[in-house]
Amino acid sequence: MTFTAPDIAWGALSPVLIVLAAGVLGVLVEAFVPDRVRRPVQLVLTFGALVGSIIAVAALWSGVRSSGGRDVLEGSLLVDGPTLVLQGALGVLTLLALLVVADRTATGEDAFAPSAASVPGSEYEDLARRKGITQTEVYPLLLLATGGMMILPATGDLLTLFVALEVLSLPLYLLTGMARRRRLLSQEAALKYFLLGAFASALLIFGVALLYGYAGSLRYSDIAAAVATPSALDPLLLVGAVLLLVGLLFKVGAVPFHAWTPDVYQGAPTPITGFMAACTKIAAFGALLRVYYTVFPSLQWDLDVVLWTVAIATMVLGTVVALVQTDVKRLLAYSSIAHAGFVLTGVIALDDAGISAVLFYLLAYGVATIGAFGIVWLVRERSVSAASDDDESDEALRASVLGEATHLSQWAGLGRTSPVLAGAFALFLLSFAGIPLTAGFIGKFAVFSAAVEGGAWPLALVGVLSSAAAAFFYVRIIVLMYFTSPAHESAPDAPGAVEAGAPTAGADVALTTDDGAGAVATLVAAPAPTTTTTVVPSEGLAAVAIGVCALVTVVLGVFPTPVLDLISDVARFLP
Amino acid sequence: MSPDFPWLTTLIAWPVLGALLLWFAPKALRPRARVLALGIALVELVVVVLAISAFDTGTAGAVQLSETHQWIPAIGASYAVGVDGVGLALITMSVLLVPLVVLAAWREQGSDAASSDSLRKYLALVIVLEAFIVAVFAARDVFLFYVLFEAMLIPVYFMIGGFGGAGRRYAAVKFLLFSLAGGLIMLIGVIALYLQGPGGPDGFLTEKLTGVALDPTTEKWLFVAFFIAFAIKAPMFPVHTWLPDAAEQAPAGTSTLLVGVLDKVGTFGMLTLCLPLFPNASRWAAPTVIVLAVVSILYGALLAIGQKDLLRLIAYTSVSHFGFIVLGIFAFTSTSIAGSSFYMVNHGLSTGALFLLAGFLVARRGSQQIADFGGLAKVVPVLAGLFLVSGLSALSLPGLSTFVSEFMVIVGTFARHPAAAIVATLGVVLAAIYVLWTYQRIFSGPPRDEFSGMRDVSATERWAVAPLVAAMLVLGFVPAPALDLVRPPASVTLDVVGVQDVPSVALEGSDQ
Repeated sequence: MTFTAPDIAWGALSPVLIVLAAGVLGVLVEAFVPDRVRRPVQLVLTFGALVGSIIAVAALWSGVRSSGGRDVLEGSLLVDGPTLVLQGALGVLTLLALLVVADRTATGEDAFAPSAASVPGSEYEDLARRKGITQTEVYPLLLLATGGMMILPATGDLLTLFVALEVLSLPLYLLTGMARRRRLLSQEAALKYFLLGAFASALLIFGVALLYGYAGSLRYSDIAAAVATPSALDPLLLVGAVLLLVGLLFKVGAVPFHAWTPDVYQGAPTPITGFMAACTKIAAFGALLRVYYTVFPSLQWDLDVVLWTVAIATMVLGTVVALVQTDVKRLLAYSSIAHAGFVLTGVIALDDAGISAVLFYLLAYGVATIGAFGIVWLVRERSVSAASDDDESDEALRASVLGEATHLSQWAGLGRTSPVLAGAFALFLLSFAGIPLTAGFIGKFAVFSAAVEGGAWPLALVGVLSSAAAAFFYVRIIVLMYFTSPAHESAPDAPGAVEAGAPTAGADVALTTDDGAGAVATLVAAPAPTTTTTVVPSEGLAAVAIGVCALVTVVLGVFPTPVLDLISDVARFLP
Repeated sequence: MSPDFPWLTTLIAWPVLGALLLWFAPKALRPRARVLALGIALVELVVVVLAISAFDTGTAGAVQLSETHQWIPAIGASYAVGVDGVGLALITMSVLLVPLVVLAAWREQGSDAASSDSLRKYLALVIVLEAFIVAVFAARDVFLFYVLFEAMLIPVYFMIGGFGGAGRRYAAVKFLLFSLAGGLIMLIGVIALYLQGPGGPDGFLTEKLTGVALDPTTEKWLFVAFFIAFAIKAPMFPVHTWLPDAAEQAPAGTSTLLVGVLDKVGTFGMLTLCLPLFPNASRWAAPTVIVLAVVSILYGALLAIGQKDLLRLIAYTSVSHFGFIVLGIFAFTSTSIAGSSFYMVNHGLSTGALFLLAGFLVARRGSQQIADFGGLAKVVPVLAGLFLVSGLSALSLPGLSTFVSEFMVIVGTFARHPAAAIVATLGVVLAAIYVLWTYQRIFSGPPRDEFSGMRDVSATERWAVAPLVAAMLVLGFVPAPALDLVRPPASVTLDVVGVQDVPSVALEGSDQ
């Protein structure tokens, strides 16, 4: 038996290859480049790779628009319009997320533990922190995850789908566990994410096996052909299809596969949360779209029951539970669940308008999400005891600024103390809520009209009703920021009240280390009574990211035509 | 003036620019923010006058000053503006109110640096709201109308929540959620209507969606989706509960714009969208709507009588007046519809004046409770006189413009639904009670000692209210120019709805 080397169209693969190659190169940089220059080298490499990938997408664009796309690697990857749109969106959003990730703020500290392997609260951790070690593995991990995300919506067979899903997930599990502060929370989140993610992967691969058994092939086109011809093996097909969908629905965080979302979003380093919330959703929805539109369209009547139930449950539960959240990261997590439900209504529509609607929605949502988490990253607790508020030098900031002030009560009065930041956050919230003249509205309009057009108007009705309810909690934050006076000190009987330098046993109290730096390694989210809320100045990178996100949110809301045209021009899947 | 000049776009763009200028004003300009805001609003007024001169009143039933440009062809939305007589009358009324609100805010807030900076932001919101108001009355594209209808909630939300009284947060959120809920239900209707229509890159144009043959059931559902949004906005019984809270907590200037202008978007929407887009469903729903309107008239009036808070009282009188407007629209006679259109203008003038005057009273006394006032007529005679005139316009005294419109609504309704008209007339009697009794409690009786130092209206305040009172008197005695604007559109509407007009004989001699 002879092996014929497949003819590989390297050009069509270039957006993915650039990112993955840079990721591998980044690992080598970790090994061979000296400590001092590692961060700038990694930054340039990552930034360059993402820009290169975006340029590669642009270069492929016109060819794909005229030809409708092509299959690569013997059909394992399909480079068509939706693939390019998603890869381009992923490139741009990762770039924005990278700016937030790389920002060390005026405190000079990034979001990641100096040594992720150290035991939280140990002397070793303390040593690593005092030595000012920074972890630059973050950047290659980010690139590898992005590479996986770029492959996922382009896959043309089930095995590649599974591999891509793992390539994107494994770095994310790691990144989740690397938070500099509240490390126990972060590690717990990583473990949860890993276990549930592994479970979902197992379901997915089981579904793949069943589908292989049914169709005798892993290729989407073969399965689609097999699905179209009736056979006695229908139960195999149905179970396989549902398991496959479950694996993907887990990644988008749809109910009832959402349980990991709030914990992971809360525990992960905030810049990573933004990246994950925006980009994972885009990749997974891209794959879901392709599978639903090209592999199972003739199963619509059977799968609709499942997907309608999931969509309605996702919208309602995401909204209702978000209503009672008190932590801004958890609140955004539940809101992202609700958004997954809104996007699902566009997926279920199963018409051409649905594809471009979903793509636009994901872009609008992703931009606002990265911006919002970027802001959460800058709003910090500040220890009152360690430094006086008047002392604004970097040294004083470094000593007194703690983790993110994620409790909603700590956001009170932000509109008065930092009007620009609060204004941007309010804009993102309005976009989430789907208020006209923001990108979120156009996205909602597009998916709901696709749903109504596809005959799924009850879904659209549930969608608008949950949007109305969702508006309540978005508006609640705006009320807090603008119409409530800042609470200087929280109530003395707040939970987690611990004197600095007096570590207490147990994971659910604030654990602090002394040496004059104040409560640096606070492990839990409950606000300590000895803190105020402050906004740390960005190094510039995160500010740029937030500014761009805000600008895009407005521009896409008022003049969405160019982007809508760009997307709908190419929004057709290869069969 | 040339009708080809983009008058409406100018009217929309100018306040947007002005608001940006106010909001991002350089430090040196900030102390002058009030003068700046007043200047912007007055220039807008001049532009409106020019636009009126470009408008051909001979064909007031036709849409004029139109501009149509592609906006988002992918979803069928266009930037299309244009006005008929009713739209123009409402825009004129709104643009007249804005400088008065600016003047009133002048007095209402303090003069130290911090509050004047917050005043600057408030004025910027007022001016940007003006742009939304003009645009929403001029929108000739259902998508554009919807976008503006929802987007204008945001500045109002900040105007209530950021600058209101103690319960402002609750009131602002309640206002926003009521309006959003209605608007989002309408969104489904908007989408479904587009899909029923001809579609294409300009498929949302009102003219393309008018006269589309709809399945009767679909049409009823679409009508309901639109009507709920407008009924909440208007506000009608039983979805009016947000209005008293908002009016009680908001600064008086905000209430003037909110009740005097923004709520008109609800009745304006019923008139210019519900009726022409869903003629069959409108006829189907008319009996129900008329019953709800009559209930609103009586319920609003009765609750107004029972109020202890002055601003809540005015809010409930408006619920009653909006009942009249809706009654006239759904009675389907040319007289009643023209009366309702005119009523929308008059109600803006009269309620605007009442809210502004109430604001002056509250600023002097530091309380909104009617029981905290008494015997003020001797202390502040001019204020008392202005309040009386505005109050009498609320109860539609002959000689004031509101009388003409209310009379037209009742006479027009009588021709088709005598029972509804007779019951609605009770509202006029109740109006006499709530207006006169309020005046009596605040201004009559022996002057109390603690009010002896109270100042009468200042020159600024006089300027803020006098134009409204003058307009009410002028339109009360010479309503013809305004009626020329609103009558032809009423006939056009009746044609579109497909109802035979019922002539109201009694009217011929009375309103000319």
